[in-house]
Amino acid sequence: MPYLGSEDAVRELRRALSNPNVQSDQLRYRNTVLKAIRAMSQGVDVSDLFSEMVKACATVDIVQKKLVYVFLCSYATLNPELSLLVINTLRKDCQDPNPMVRSLALRNMTNLRLPSLVEYVEQPLAAGLRDRAACVRRVAVLGWAKLHNLQPDAEIDAAVVNELYGLLRDPDPVVMVNCLRALEEILKKEGGVAINKPITHHLLNRLKESDVWGQCEVLRILQRYHPQSEDELFDILSLLDASLVSPHPPVMAATLGLFLGLCSGLPAVSLAALERVRGPLLAACGSTSRETRFTALCHIQLLLRSLPGLMGAHYKRFFCGYAEPAYIKQRKMQVLVELVNDENVAMLLDELKGYCTDVNPETAQAAISAIGRIGRSYSDRCLEILTGLLGLKQEHITSAVVQTMCDLVWVCPQCSDTVCSALEGCEEMLQDSQGRQALLWLLAAYGERVSSAPYTLEGFIDRVRSEASLGVKMELLTTTMRLFLCRPSETQDMLGRLLHYCIEEEMDMCVRDQALLYYRLLHCGIEETHKVLHGQRSDPSLGVLIGRPAEPINQWAYSFNTLEPLRQAGVETEPASRGSPEHVTFDPKPNTDLSDTLNCSQIEKVNLGSDGASGFTCSSAKVLAPLSLSLSPALSPEEFEHLWMQRHAEQGAEKLEEEEEDYVCLEERIQFPAIPPCSPQSLQAAMQLVNIQTLAFTPPHTLPWRVYLYTHTHHAHYGSTLVIGELLYIGEASRRVAAVKKGMEDGDVVEGEQEAGLSGRALVRKDGREEEVEVTLKQQPRDDNALKGFLSILTTVLHTLSSESS
Amino acid sequence: MISQVFILSSQGDHLIYKDFRGEAGSDVVSVFYEKVTALTGDQPPVVMSHGDLHFVHVRQGGLYWVATTTSPGSSPFTIIEFLNRFSALVKDYCGSLSEKSVQMNFALIYELLDEVVDYGYIQTTSSDVLKNFIQTEAVSSKPFSLFDLSNVGFFGAETQQSKVAPSSAASRPIQSSREQGGRSEIFLDVIERMSVVIGSKGVVLKADVEGEVRVKCFMPSCSEMRIGLNEEFSIGKSQLRGYGAAVRVDECRFHQNVHLDEFHSNRVLRLCPSQGEQTVMQYQLSDDLPSAPPFRLFPTIERDSGGRLLMYLKLRCDLPSKRFVVISALSQELSSPDQSAELKLQNRAIDWKIPRFIGGTQLSALFKTSSPPPHPSPPPPPVGPVVLVFELPQLTVSGLQIRFLRLSPVQPAPSQRWIRYVTHSDSYILRL
Repeated sequence: MPYLGSEDAVRELRRALSNPNVQSDQLRYRNTVLKAIRAMSQGVDVSDLFSEMVKACATVDIVQKKLVYVFLCSYATLNPELSLLVINTLRKDCQDPNPMVRSLALRNMTNLRLPSLVEYVEQPLAAGLRDRAACVRRVAVLGWAKLHNLQPDAEIDAAVVNELYGLLRDPDPVVMVNCLRALEEILKKEGGVAINKPITHHLLNRLKESDVWGQCEVLRILQRYHPQSEDELFDILSLLDASLVSPHPPVMAATLGLFLGLCSGLPAVSLAALERVRGPLLAACGSTSRETRFTALCHIQLLLRSLPGLMGAHYKRFFCGYAEPAYIKQRKMQVLVELVNDENVAMLLDELKGYCTDVNPETAQAAISAIGRIGRSYSDRCLEILTGLLGLKQEHITSAVVQTMCDLVWVCPQCSDTVCSALEGCEEMLQDSQGRQALLWLLAAYGERVSSAPYTLEGFIDRVRSEASLGVKMELLTTTMRLFLCRPSETQDMLGRLLHYCIEEEMDMCVRDQALLYYRLLHCGIEETHKVLHGQRSDPSLGVLIGRPAEPINQWAYSFNTLEPLRQAGVETEPASRGSPEHVTFDPKPNTDLSDTLNCSQIEKVNLGSDGASGFTCSSAKVLAPLSLSLSPALSPEEFEHLWMQRHAEQGAEKLEEEEEDYVCLEERIQFPAIPPCSPQSLQAAMQLVNIQTLAFTPPHTLPWRVYLYTHTHHAHYGSTLVIGELLYIGEASRRVAAVKKGMEDGDVVEGEQEAGLSGRALVRKDGREEEVEVTLKQQPRDDNALKGFLSILTTVLHTLSSESS
Repeated sequence: MISQVFILSSQGDHLIYKDFRGEAGSDVVSVFYEKVTALTGDQPPVVMSHGDLHFVHVRQGGLYWVATTTSPGSSPFTIIEFLNRFSALVKDYCGSLSEKSVQMNFALIYELLDEVVDYGYIQTTSSDVLKNFIQTEAVSSKPFSLFDLSNVGFFGAETQQSKVAPSSAASRPIQSSREQGGRSEIFLDVIERMSVVIGSKGVVLKADVEGEVRVKCFMPSCSEMRIGLNEEFSIGKSQLRGYGAAVRVDECRFHQNVHLDEFHSNRVLRLCPSQGEQTVMQYQLSDDLPSAPPFRLFPTIERDSGGRLLMYLKLRCDLPSKRFVVISALSQELSSPDQSAELKLQNRAIDWKIPRFIGGTQLSALFKTSSPPPHPSPPPPPVGPVVLVFELPQLTVSGLQIRFLRLSPVQPAPSQRWIRYVTHSDSYILRL
């Protein structure tokens, strides 16, 4: 923030600094320098004083020296020539008998960040590495890292690197840790400091000497180490056991991070480690620093994904305090929703009910939607609370309750009766667009059961001219149409008025187009309209998935103890919302002509015997370590089709150069005995839970049965890829025919690779009685590990589904 | 790895700015302030991103303490703990934590930062190490007050009051002890925070106590210190509780410098405290408090025919007679003259202030809301909970007491040892 009159102030300061009277009086000189620094830290540009400050640097007063260095380091890059003058003073200070002066000079010499000065700095730095005083060595070690980053392209001095490796054995723990940090930066291109067995054990043995910060650093770097044997692994783990319950949250988190990394192949050990950190994490949740509380809460959410029962007995610790800020309260409520069980549900709902009338509307809304989430498993109690809240006649509460009911009904259709009776008369209280949209959706879905629905709609239609929200207008159109279908006599007149308004007067194109669409649809007759508009109004299959299976730790371990969990808006995003019926009703027409060209290419074929499935998931656990799936950016059906077809065309043309391609195609078979009874809804819901989007289905009980899907994989190290895929089930009988047919075709089109594949399939068919699904996956760009990871996730989902339906 | 550290006042004034790695310009300070003030109520502010720069900040003493980092893999625990520790160091060195004290001592803070962090890596935060390096003296911002003189008796005679440490005694810079002939003092504080929820029927739904034993040491060179806790102190539920009133905690954690060899036999903690403040022991107790919660409320709520709300609150303090400062939200018509109450429309709450509350007594208040409700038809909204904000001096809810505090070998200079107990309300909620 520049202050007015700053130029005058700078001129004044310069005069004072160059005044010999001031210079001779140490205290006055220091105070003048102090003023300059104060101006600097307030944002005044005092770079003009540089030459005066260079002179002020040559003093015996250490306090003044430190102040001048603060100044010089901030402005050196603006005055490279003048900075050369400082070097002499600095080099002289490096010879000073006082170690404090030596370390100060060395530190600031390297902080000037001027590549032109490197040649003068190297010699004092080299001497600094062998200094008697530990504080000088600490500075010198990091100095080499600074020097390297000034000239990242310069050749790495092997002698320095060796010396730094030697200093890992320095008696001072800070020097040791600084060596690790410096080597990590200097050798970045080679993957950082080499962590071998002797270094690891040396670091572990000296861990206790370091302070909290040093321990965290060492533990972080040790994550790269791979123990050579299981015995060694367990030795390391038992050495670290005490740190796992450290009272310092940073050490505890770093240790758990290391544990999870080391035990990625031993889920039982990882789970035991999670149990161990429960105490320290809970303590961090009660810390006086709210930022620490928040961090701990975010990490508890991560842990709960794998161990839902971890905090069950301690649910009271997550009750919100009166003075806590809203963002902590919301996280606590998200955690509370996860902890609900038969014993504590009454207490929990009682507590949440108290938050619903919170003065802060955001907290109140969060509490209401938390109750809605619990309502998926305990619908009666929650609906009682929600309808009670409607009685309060508060705007923001009513809006939140209606939105929550809307979500609840989508999952639990059995609640619809209560919801319908509660809806009467709440339209007066709804002021915001989301609330009104939710109300309209509910009226569309259950209009025939709400007696006052036409009157409510009439009110909306009368006010449509003054309606500002686009979403409400669109929803209003759909709702009126759907209500017209079930209660034509009452709604015909108002539908006419609404369509007239939207087509003739509405300025927004979206609304107008939608209205025109409905208008023309009505021309096609009531049957057609009914077919188009009669969407689903609930998705009961989601109800089955409420008690979500525990995720493997590997799904989130990579983001543990990073900034990521704190940035996410909330781990618990809604798995599905009312928007999804459009996807379900999407007509899979474009894919029907794809089927004949499907199995033309393959790079990898993995045959799973009847007992292969379990073995596969085990081996994939290591591969899939840090993999996450996401749906963004979304892929439209057209884009999907385009990609799918394109890949086929290319593969047909250049199947010999597949290795060079930036994408990969993989075919796989997964045992999945439950295809016919599996409903598309539950499949879609299950897929969405792990962030796989299904684009199109054939109806159940038709053969061949197909599903098209896509997702994006995100990998911590290799970036993200797009995976598109198809599940194909051709049924026991028809498959035989198909195989024979294809075999005949293969005779014409000579493809050795496919021959092998077919014979493999024939083998499986002979010994495996179980039914199988063929999976064809295409990935761009190519990343085998991510693809394998994705495949194992897919396999797990299908197995879960099949076990549930059987 | 920290890229920059800066301190902002709550109005966005730049107080301290230090760039360790030269990865981003100083304009990010303004970017941060814009971002943090633009957040809505429910967005978590702790971590924010701008390009590939991540801001992590804590609020302490009404200031923003911000660290920036370029690597998203940095440990949030470490950065937040560091910022908290750094603000504690500034508090130790400057005496108190406020915009003014930071402004006055900026040179000292730059010096501290320079020693604490090098090239974005935390070097040390131990005041034992730092005291050798820090040269600047703190400027104390304490205004002259006549009250200080009242402690000195006539002709310098010792008065009764001079034997009691004023509550502000511990908030002074640790460094000054070196020059001013060293008033070598040690403060040992047992601080407990209660979070209690009492249901509408008087049932205790939740009762948690988080406690800590804190040492603030002003001795330039401290020898070993021995702290004796209650002998019947026990940890965990499994241990036998004996006949007497045992002091029990669920979990207990100690500072890493504490020697516990005498703890198991005699409940004695041994440590060599470093200068400044440090937490020796943290403990926590949930649900099973040794005594009943200190305050009980007996409310009567009526609505008359005009829709007016009548609230009669009776608050009883169930503690042995001592003095308490109680400030409770909610509640006019007070039973004693030195109380006050005001209606805060913004929070929709009534603030009932009780300057002192004698244990074993009962206070009552009658509140009437006189404005008729706007809509006659809807049922009136329920009255929210009563929240008590209080401080109980000389008392620990868990019953933890310090038996003795010994310094060995015995200090030649006269050293003063103060032991203080206090219980705060973290969140004391009484439902109506």
